[in-house]
Amino acid sequence: MSNLAIQIEDLAFSYPGRSGLCLSHFNLEIFAGERFGLFGPNGAGKTTLMHLMTGLLHYKQGSIRLLGRDVKKHNKAFNSLFGLVPQDFSFYPELSAVENLSFFGAWSGLNGMEIKKRTDELLETLGLNDYRSMPVGKFSGGMKRRINLAIAVMHHPQILFLDEPTVGVDVQTRHAIIAYLKYLNEKGTTLVYTSHQLNEAEELCERIAMIDEGNIIAIDNLENLLNHHQQEGLEGLFLTLTGKAYRD
Amino acid sequence: MYKLWATIVKDFRLLSRDRVGLIMMFAMPILLVIVITSVQNSTFELVNDNKISLIIYNKDSAQQGLKLIQTIEKIGMFRILVLPGKQQEKEIPQLMHAKDALVALEIPENFSSLIETKAKDIAGRSLKDFGLEGDTERSVLPSVSPLILYYHPVLQQSFRQSINGALESALQVIQGDEIVRNLYSALHEKQIPATLENDILHSQVPITEIPVSRGGGRNIPNASQHNVPAWTLFAMFFIVISLGSSVVREKKSGSFMRLRTLPTSYMTVLFSKQITFLIIAFLQTAVIFAIGVWLFPHIGLPALNMPSDLGALLLVTLICGWCAVSYSICVGVFAETQEQANGFGAISIIILAAIGGLLVPSFAMPASFHPLMKMSPLHWGLEAYYGLFLEGGNLHDIMMNILSLLVITLLIQLITYLGLKRKNLI
Repeated sequence: MSNLAIQIEDLAFSYPGRSGLCLSHFNLEIFAGERFGLFGPNGAGKTTLMHLMTGLLHYKQGSIRLLGRDVKKHNKAFNSLFGLVPQDFSFYPELSAVENLSFFGAWSGLNGMEIKKRTDELLETLGLNDYRSMPVGKFSGGMKRRINLAIAVMHHPQILFLDEPTVGVDVQTRHAIIAYLKYLNEKGTTLVYTSHQLNEAEELCERIAMIDEGNIIAIDNLENLLNHHQQEGLEGLFLTLTGKAYRD
Repeated sequence: MYKLWATIVKDFRLLSRDRVGLIMMFAMPILLVIVITSVQNSTFELVNDNKISLIIYNKDSAQQGLKLIQTIEKIGMFRILVLPGKQQEKEIPQLMHAKDALVALEIPENFSSLIETKAKDIAGRSLKDFGLEGDTERSVLPSVSPLILYYHPVLQQSFRQSINGALESALQVIQGDEIVRNLYSALHEKQIPATLENDILHSQVPITEIPVSRGGGRNIPNASQHNVPAWTLFAMFFIVISLGSSVVREKKSGSFMRLRTLPTSYMTVLFSKQITFLIIAFLQTAVIFAIGVWLFPHIGLPALNMPSDLGALLLVTLICGWCAVSYSICVGVFAETQEQANGFGAISIIILAAIGGLLVPSFAMPASFHPLMKMSPLHWGLEAYYGLFLEGGNLHDIMMNILSLLVITLLIQLITYLGLKRKNLI
């Protein structure tokens, strides 16, 4: 149990004012240092699950434990254990890359010296050093994705939640982001990742869970899943498990 | 503390990059204060210097009609245009429009005979009371044709009352003159000397106006003293437009989601906004007051005289600013969209200003409005500023206003806190 990064037990959740449960009797375990992928069609509950794990949404039934601590009972200081890369850009477009990193670094609990050091390090690693003083609103889509990621890892989180971190970027940026995520994982960061880019998942994730209508319909490493369902690739597996009907 | 500092720096950076927003926050209040003070000042001047256009249609061909016109002219309140020849009554409104006159006076045909008969009658009865022989026969008063006052519909009732009062005093002067003439000629059997007539009628006891102040000073209140503090206060509360929508924008932006997942309370955002915008409110006030003191005399407006107790002025400004900022944040916390924050914020400030005595003086408000008035923070802020600027008071004199403002501010803060709790934002 001690190597569990995330433990979800009997979780149920519904959005206020909406009928039916979005998640019900949901159980999941993600191990520390793992690269874990959550996949499913639109509306399957992936983002909802991520928001519940990060405390953005509040649940009434069941429990979620991050690094052994109950999400519901934690205080704000607990948030420094994880980082979130939301699907939407989450920064101030009027501020430069350095100004955004300085502000979010301070909010993540870093001091002035740490912020400066980490800012230089991240801008260099993610290829944004030449644009450090440019307002991020003027960045290209790929640069915005990279700064979105940089902000989330400013404080060296132990768990990193990534909600479609490469959506709308070119091949080079996708490659750079995946490479950086692997580097973070090698340094000990647990990655919890959602995406519709199935080739990316094959490249990045050690274990995946397929979610549909608020339930896990398959969970294992990719090789076992493909063998079990007699599929050659993740896309075939995805369609076999979730069907071909539209999910809007 | 470092988090708060970083947030304040972030807020100032965001503000400095929103040039239109900055212009709105500084240029608009300055414009507002200059325009309102100029308008109010010209209203004083309308009465004192500019004069009201008055058309007089004198149907009376005898002496008293002309005398009334001369007396009205002496009041100094009107710029008179006497219509020549015979006019039709229905032409007067058209002439008023054509001559841009707000009022017109029609003197009836038998005006002289009415005045003279009345004066003769009163003089005769007075002499009889003294036991003197005069023309004691009761005169038959001609049928009364009134003076007719036409007025433009834009003329407010208070203004009409002033005009009525001025015309009535002119009427009394010529009536009194005629009575004195009759009495004199009955007693002395000769005409009253012109100098004596002038002394009796025009040597009035002068009236000296002294403004009452707490400090014993005699600074004469002017349009600037009335308007600059009042509209500065209004501008301070109008910060709701930028601050209210800034809170909503931040709530709706992606950055807000990230802030909620970081190990810092959202209260830090609100503290930062309070400090940042309080500084803005202070700067607004300083700029507007400086304009009142130094610029106004150069643009033909009376200079703003600063109060003697600057410490009290600073404290009032601080608490008014804090109240304005607290109110703006409260609006931002409860509003779901920027449109809601802007619409509700702006209209509510105008309502609070109206019931607070900014648009209509509090003494002129109906008694039923007084409890409402006390709920408006602008009322207490205005009273505190007036205590310093108009009455020459000090901190002790305005303490009640400051305390009331403080209580309202704390209540707004409490409501904001409960709203944040309810919305799971803290």
